[in-house]
Amino acid sequence: MKAVRSMVLVSSDPQSMERGAQEVFDRLQSEIQAFHLEDEISITMVGDVGRHDATPLLIVYPEAVIYGPVTPDDVHFLVEEHLYKGRIASNLQAPARELTGRIAWISARKGTLPAEHRIVLERAGLIDPDSIDDYIVHEGYQALGKVLTEMTPVELIAEIEKSGLRGRGGAGFPTGTKWRFVSKAAGNPKYVICNADESEPGTFKDRLVLEGDPHSILEAMAIAAYAVGASEGYIYVRGEYRLAQERLKTAIHQAREMGLLGENIFGSGFSFDIHVHSGAGAYICGEETALIESIEGKRGEPRPRPPYPTTNGLWGKPTLVNNVETLANIPAIVRHGAAWYKAIGTPSSPGTKVYTVMGNVNNTGLIEVPMGITLREVISIYGKGMKNGSSFKLAQTGGSSGSIIPASLQDTPMDFDSFSKAGVALGSGALLICDEDTCVVDLAKVLINFFRFESCGKCNPCRIGNQRSFEILTNISEGRGTLSDLDFLQMLSDNMTLLSNCGLGQTAGTPLRDILKYFRAEVEAHIRLKVCPAGICPMTEKEPVH
Amino acid sequence: MAPIKSLEDLQRVRDEALEKRRVKSASGQTQVIVGMGTCGIAAGARDTMKAILEYIEHSGLTGVIVTQTGCIGLCEQEPIVQVVIGDQPKVTYGKVNAETARQIMREHVEEGKVVDSHSINL
Ligand SMILES: Cc1cc2nc3c(=O)[nH]c(=O)nc-3n(C[C@H](O)[C@H](O)[C@H](O)COP(=O)(O)O)c2cc1C
Repeated sequence: MKAVRSMVLVSSDPQSMERGAQEVFDRLQSEIQAFHLEDEISITMVGDVGRHDATPLLIVYPEAVIYGPVTPDDVHFLVEEHLYKGRIASNLQAPARELTGRIAWISARKGTLPAEHRIVLERAGLIDPDSIDDYIVHEGYQALGKVLTEMTPVELIAEIEKSGLRGRGGAGFPTGTKWRFVSKAAGNPKYVICNADESEPGTFKDRLVLEGDPHSILEAMAIAAYAVGASEGYIYVRGEYRLAQERLKTAIHQAREMGLLGENIFGSGFSFDIHVHSGAGAYICGEETALIESIEGKRGEPRPRPPYPTTNGLWGKPTLVNNVETLANIPAIVRHGAAWYKAIGTPSSPGTKVYTVMGNVNNTGLIEVPMGITLREVISIYGKGMKNGSSFKLAQTGGSSGSIIPASLQDTPMDFDSFSKAGVALGSGALLICDEDTCVVDLAKVLINFFRFESCGKCNPCRIGNQRSFEILTNISEGRGTLSDLDFLQMLSDNMTLLSNCGLGQTAGTPLRDILKYFRAEVEAHIRLKVCPAGICPMTEKEPVH
Repeated sequence: MAPIKSLEDLQRVRDEALEKRRVKSASGQTQVIVGMGTCGIAAGARDTMKAILEYIEHSGLTGVIVTQTGCIGLCEQEPIVQVVIGDQPKVTYGKVNAETARQIMREHVEEGKVVDSHSINL
């Protein structure tokens, strides 16, 4: 996706609006077009930025210059000076002042216009995935050569720990720590598994890597295997990803021929080989213990934990399970060093994140951006704004087990810690952007329907909780809901979260909790007034579902 | 090919591949690259690829290499075709159906004129 070089925010709190923020915004739009800058600069109304002494305010990124109060007549000059010629128009800058609240945070991010930064997707779409030469020309296998000839496993693990890399499969577990657990675990042989099941609805970031840059995963797995002392690896690929499986097999074949997999790699005495294992279309098999059962030829049901796969994994042996995107970061970290990696993103969540951007935005697709950018930035810069000028209502992150993010949280930096502090989850990296024509009851119904089908049925809270929740949501959407249903939904959500055996049930209650927390009035309108405010739900009596 | 047994071996393989590439671009060779991820294929990249290959066969063009690549993340623009002529900068085209592909082959590859109506900035 294309990034812009500059971003302009216009404050639009009530006071700014009263003082002409809308005219400023309109003029900005026409001036930017007059200078033919519309492809390079994005403009956004940003609500209340927390400073009211010089409204309307206009904030220009990446320099984080604050102008204000800005009148419509100032706009031509500002666009020409700052955006066209690149000079700060100091006569229009807002009086310097100690900044607090949101604006302080906005200006602290000076110089960080969230441009795309590709590490994971560095080569995807640029090289021929069926050519090992292409991969080698683009620095391929250098990291593996480096660790095998110059580093001990202990040094390697220390480097990954220092980089601060955290798992991209959903939970954000520190990768170096996991590697250390497996390397310290007693047992032989040990295994490395790449989790390429990617079955969260709307998530297809891993597919891009597998199809476009398969060697990067082989290289990363070999590095991980050296670190933990494994000699055999599996890539568990979602069954529908036929093309990815073919490309991986081709890549494995080429790597073996060149001696980059197999015996005595780089003459170091280290041996490692990889198998591709195809999934068969069950969401639960993305859960690491169900995945392991599936490779063992059993029904894909999660195991009780502890013990964890780090000590008792595949065939009961110590096993490292990492997600595709997590692994794709490894060769770059080894080549450039932990310090380089740590400088990208935020201190607690270094690096980049790949997002699949979907829904009611003008531009959909994949982006890889530093951790810590905000939803508002994703929508205005990469999504090129909401479709048909509609307004943003909510985003659903991370496929089904992600959260529903209301507009009020769209300025929360997207990293593991900021999101968990705000009570929401980053999930797997899907961003479904919804406008005001989205009904939250309908959205929750779709999500719960998915879980209802995908629940493996092993534990009751998940199996029954999802089914009952679906029935209640259906009743609400057809005008048969009662207020006590909402308490019941809340209880089901809590029970699923607290009592389920694995992550599926534990996260299935999230959409219920989120709609009751952020959109309760809208849900209640379905019950008290028998109307669906977004006009999506049928609201008529159909047969009750069973 | 001899197996790689050291960083020097890897460097040698890399140098050889780079040299091959340099010779290709110095000789003004043209590369046509089609995005063939699942999304590209779903959007019709196979037809695009077929049209390009047929064009080359029918017109008897020589010195053109057609290769594939994965998805670059611009799903809205698939099928995507990139054209590199010699050492000139790469031009990326979006929403290339069979007909547009033939137009690109004729106007850009044969006559050297970029087809502006379908080119996209990355
Ligand atoms: C229901 C469910 C589905 C999951 N699906 C995936 C998946 O498709 N891909 C993935 O990498 N992790 C998935 N996970 C997370 C894995 O269990 C595991 O945490 C992850 O593979 C660890 O890798 P990481 O440390 O690199 O993030 C899923 C978890 C649950 C509970």
